[in-house]
Amino acid sequence: MPRLVSHPDEVKIVTSRFGKGAADIDRFLELGGYESTRKALAEGPEWIINEMKASGLRGRGGAGFPTGLKWSFVPKVSAKPKYVLVNGDESEPGTCKDHLIFLHDPHAVIEGTIIAGLAIGAKTGFIYLRGEYRYLIQIVEKAVADAYAKGFLGKNIFGSDTEFQIIVQTGAGAYEVGEESALMESLEGKRGIPRIKPPFPAVVGLYGGPTVINNAETIASVPHILAMGGPAYAAVGSERNGGTRLFGISGHVNNPGIYELPMGYNLKKMIYEVAGGIRGGRTLKAVVPGGSSTPVLLPHEIETLGMDFDQVGKAGSMLGSGGVVVLDDTVCMVEFALRTISFYQHESCGWCIPCREGTDWLKKSLTRFHAGFGTMKDIDNIQYLAENMMGRTFCPLGDAAAMPTLGFVKKFRKEFEDHLDGKPCPHAKHLDVALV
Amino acid sequence: MSTETMSIFSPALATRFDALVLKYPVKRSALIPMLLYAQDEVGYVSDAVMAEIAERLSITALDVKNVASYYSMLRFKPAGKYNVQVCTNISCMLRGGYEIFDHLQEKLGIGHKGVTADGVFSLEEVECIGVCCWAPAIQVNYDFHDELTNDKVDQVLADYKAKAATEGAR
Repeated sequence: MPRLVSHPDEVKIVTSRFGKGAADIDRFLELGGYESTRKALAEGPEWIINEMKASGLRGRGGAGFPTGLKWSFVPKVSAKPKYVLVNGDESEPGTCKDHLIFLHDPHAVIEGTIIAGLAIGAKTGFIYLRGEYRYLIQIVEKAVADAYAKGFLGKNIFGSDTEFQIIVQTGAGAYEVGEESALMESLEGKRGIPRIKPPFPAVVGLYGGPTVINNAETIASVPHILAMGGPAYAAVGSERNGGTRLFGISGHVNNPGIYELPMGYNLKKMIYEVAGGIRGGRTLKAVVPGGSSTPVLLPHEIETLGMDFDQVGKAGSMLGSGGVVVLDDTVCMVEFALRTISFYQHESCGWCIPCREGTDWLKKSLTRFHAGFGTMKDIDNIQYLAENMMGRTFCPLGDAAAMPTLGFVKKFRKEFEDHLDGKPCPHAKHLDVALV
Repeated sequence: MSTETMSIFSPALATRFDALVLKYPVKRSALIPMLLYAQDEVGYVSDAVMAEIAERLSITALDVKNVASYYSMLRFKPAGKYNVQVCTNISCMLRGGYEIFDHLQEKLGIGHKGVTADGVFSLEEVECIGVCCWAPAIQVNYDFHDELTNDKVDQVLADYKAKAATEGAR
């Protein structure tokens, strides 16, 4: 069972019910559960969307698109049914926040799904979890069944004449399915291959109907926002970045874990104070700030860096999924780059040539390099390949592979050069990364 | 289809599938869950599994295979009774994921995608399984085991071995 951690700097909003048995519906109701849904039902779509806009909530999957605005794009009138889709395919390396949400507070996800449905006028919502999360799927399925039994879901939710149904869906192992249109394909029983955009899901989504798709953390934030009010939620965070974020700190820190901190919280403080500093008193070498696809940051770049979408963007990386991966001075950056690219090579769906070929060639080049058979030209080739993948694919997986690669080569070029001409790796540990 | 006479699945799973295909706006949406649940029962996605699922969804078996081959959790050969999946992705790698994988290879005497001779264990190196903050971690079938050391791994294996001895291998 994943261990819960705590720190005084945390502002517990989404995590406020963690460890309190809230997966049980009666316990959840004692803790104020489903009040926001009742309120949303009484106040109506316009009020919900205005509160969401005022909250400054931005998509927690990684793109950071304002949630209220996203919901407002869905056409009011549609010939085809509208849908709400909750993305719980959490697969970005370094990311495990939704794991805890499903485990400790599945009803918050259900509430958020219903509220999103009320906001856009949908009658059906899907909660899609990655297949590996079977025990969490069972928890969510039980929560959904309990909500039906109480009349919170069904033909007449909370005794109103409004209908809302929820279907829980399992994946079967595919990072790419975390991309919104690939997730829709998967939910339609197909290979998880991205669709070309436009049209965007808000207009043509699941089964061709207007669809809102949000990350599980985004959805779980919604009932809390309506309970505390949009402006109060916004005030917790930083400018244009409302509220809190579930930061998952992993790697070489003393106290790894999921911490809920205000948006804009300083990254250095997050590593040294919240997560207890570098393991074994070693030195920080680098930080991957938001899941494996986000470009690496150096120690001097995190000194005054606030963790929100805009500040991390300005620093040349991305806030992404909030998965902070901390590396100490024992790490070989060539090996780390190789392991990162091996993942994207394995997960590329093969639909777009720049991604399929690019990730494969990057992996081949880095494998050769890591083995000590690289040449100076390889370093430039790796950079050239990565640059030519950027922006040339249907979905962001190509970018997700290219961006960190560019970061590693640019910021650790010296370390790549140290691997040239069959010289042994200057770092203690060396492993073959051969995931086939 | 008449599930009682024709299905290759247990009556419970056949009944579950009867309901599953009616749950969605489009029948085919049941495909991926059906493949995974069938694998849970049969042990792998066999040709017979794909044929029956195809018939239940009114699509071709080739269509089913095309989709099934996309998803990494679905396999076309039997695995061990306990499929040990080791994450070696970055967060686990930094905290000893490869050492755990090496230890498991040595203990079980098999490599990536190998099955032990008694059929009790199979081993697989997998991508991120979503337990990064509690690394290194493995998943045995659907059960997570986190914050591992080699000693803890030995205990986990011993527990499953004892379980297999009472229940019998697949």
